[in-house]
Amino acid sequence: MRLEAKNVSFRYREHSPWILREISLSVEKGERVGLVGPSGYGKSTLLRLMGGYLKPASGEILLDGKPLPQKGVCPVQLIYQHPEKAINPRWKMKKVLEESGMFRREIMEALGIEEEWLSRYPRELSGGELQRFCVARSLFEGTQFLLADEMSTMLDVITQAQIWNLVLKEVEQRQLGLLMVTHNRALADRVCQRVVELSVETDGE
Amino acid sequence: MERKSTAVAGPVLEVKNLSVSFRMYDRGLEQYDLKVISNLNLDVRPGEIVAVAGSSGSGKSLLAHAVMGLLPENASVEGEISYGGKLLEQKDMERLRGKEFALVPQSVTFLDPSMKVGPQVTGPRPSRERRQRQREVFDRFHLAEAVDRLYPFQLSGGMARRVLVSTAVLSGASLILADEPTPGMDLEMALEALQCFRELADEGRAVVLITHDIDLAFQVADRVAVFYAGTTVETAPSGDFLRGPEALRHPYSKALWNALPQNGFQPVPGFQPYAKALPKGCLYAPRCPWRTEECGGEIPMRELRGGMVRCIHAT
Repeated sequence: MRLEAKNVSFRYREHSPWILREISLSVEKGERVGLVGPSGYGKSTLLRLMGGYLKPASGEILLDGKPLPQKGVCPVQLIYQHPEKAINPRWKMKKVLEESGMFRREIMEALGIEEEWLSRYPRELSGGELQRFCVARSLFEGTQFLLADEMSTMLDVITQAQIWNLVLKEVEQRQLGLLMVTHNRALADRVCQRVVELSVETDGE
Repeated sequence: MERKSTAVAGPVLEVKNLSVSFRMYDRGLEQYDLKVISNLNLDVRPGEIVAVAGSSGSGKSLLAHAVMGLLPENASVEGEISYGGKLLEQKDMERLRGKEFALVPQSVTFLDPSMKVGPQVTGPRPSRERRQRQREVFDRFHLAEAVDRLYPFQLSGGMARRVLVSTAVLSGASLILADEPTPGMDLEMALEALQCFRELADEGRAVVLITHDIDLAFQVADRVAVFYAGTTVETAPSGDFLRGPEALRHPYSKALWNALPQNGFQPVPGFQPYAKALPKGCLYAPRCPWRTEECGGEIPMRELRGGMVRCIHAT
């Protein structure tokens, strides 16, 4: 199975500057790919396109040769940089896991989620602790690809190493495909088998 | 990167035994105090960059906000914050911030969403020199002329961050508190930003650099303060962090070093304790390989090999 961006271009509106132009990139199942490049070159935008959150102006996003499914849970899951912005602030953590159907002991154990955290609100957890929930809810059974957009940038290096070690174990075990964006070359070299440089001029810079 | 320590005079900023608690609502009208910073110490001298490293949620940003007098109403502060040897009250902070103190805030949401970034950085009705200075600083950060006329939502994360750093560079403040100035910037840009802070320090200003990009911070900082669960566990010359775990004092600092992707990517197990349920004595004890019974007592900060450490077993 392969997740593929084929000659993808994107801009927010007609006549506004192009953010991505004619980009092609593919990730195989079981492969770990890093995406690096200067800030403002559209790395996050490409991830959002590949996760189905944005529609390309031209080109296609293909999963196993077909467009991403429009209904049901998407087999391509995106994890953001700021977990506190990706979780409903008014829900206790247990409800966050239940909503995604991931309130399961083995997932919690695999990701080091403590029983005690479930009765807390998001503001009562640190960024690293919250990010574990974001990873947990993206790892449901049908997930084939994980997209990580600077998932550990806001975390301290110990928490970063904790989370990545857990994610890598899951990725290995389930043979998921991983596409990660980072500015940390040492991290990309640690985590990925292959690093792709995004280097297309944009009008904004 | 060149390092030039000109730090000789007394500290510009001195934070002594700082504690910060938040009054929180529990169930219904029941309230409790959540102590998020306890016994925190930090000092910065003119010409010096002090990097603040430590876990997420260890109170690094709160420290910056406490110094700027930006804490919300439900916060209570104990301990001393002094500037140039003078103890600061809330009204002093309000007077000094933006003039003597500059904050590079952590979140890019601190930019005014309804104002174009050029005017936002220069301030209202700028002089011609100020406009020119702003252009120079933007150029240095590869922000093209067109960027002056963009609104914050039109910037990428890294660009917005560079705009925030520019404000501090332009401010002329003698104390700069930079709260995570580099995430979202590529390596080249991050080094440029840090070099900028180095130059500001070399001009005689004092810089507090709060960061998770510790491997970069070690390159430009003079000293590093390590925070854990709201307290200072070690301050050391940054050379010790370049040398490696043997040169460091506190077991948590060693663990930070070992967790860097370029070093071992080895995390220590366990979590930072939640502020509502802090252990007695040493806050790191639950995760510490050196833990003994004595760690349950009060652990003072002490001098060791040219640095300070809050650990009774460190040698």
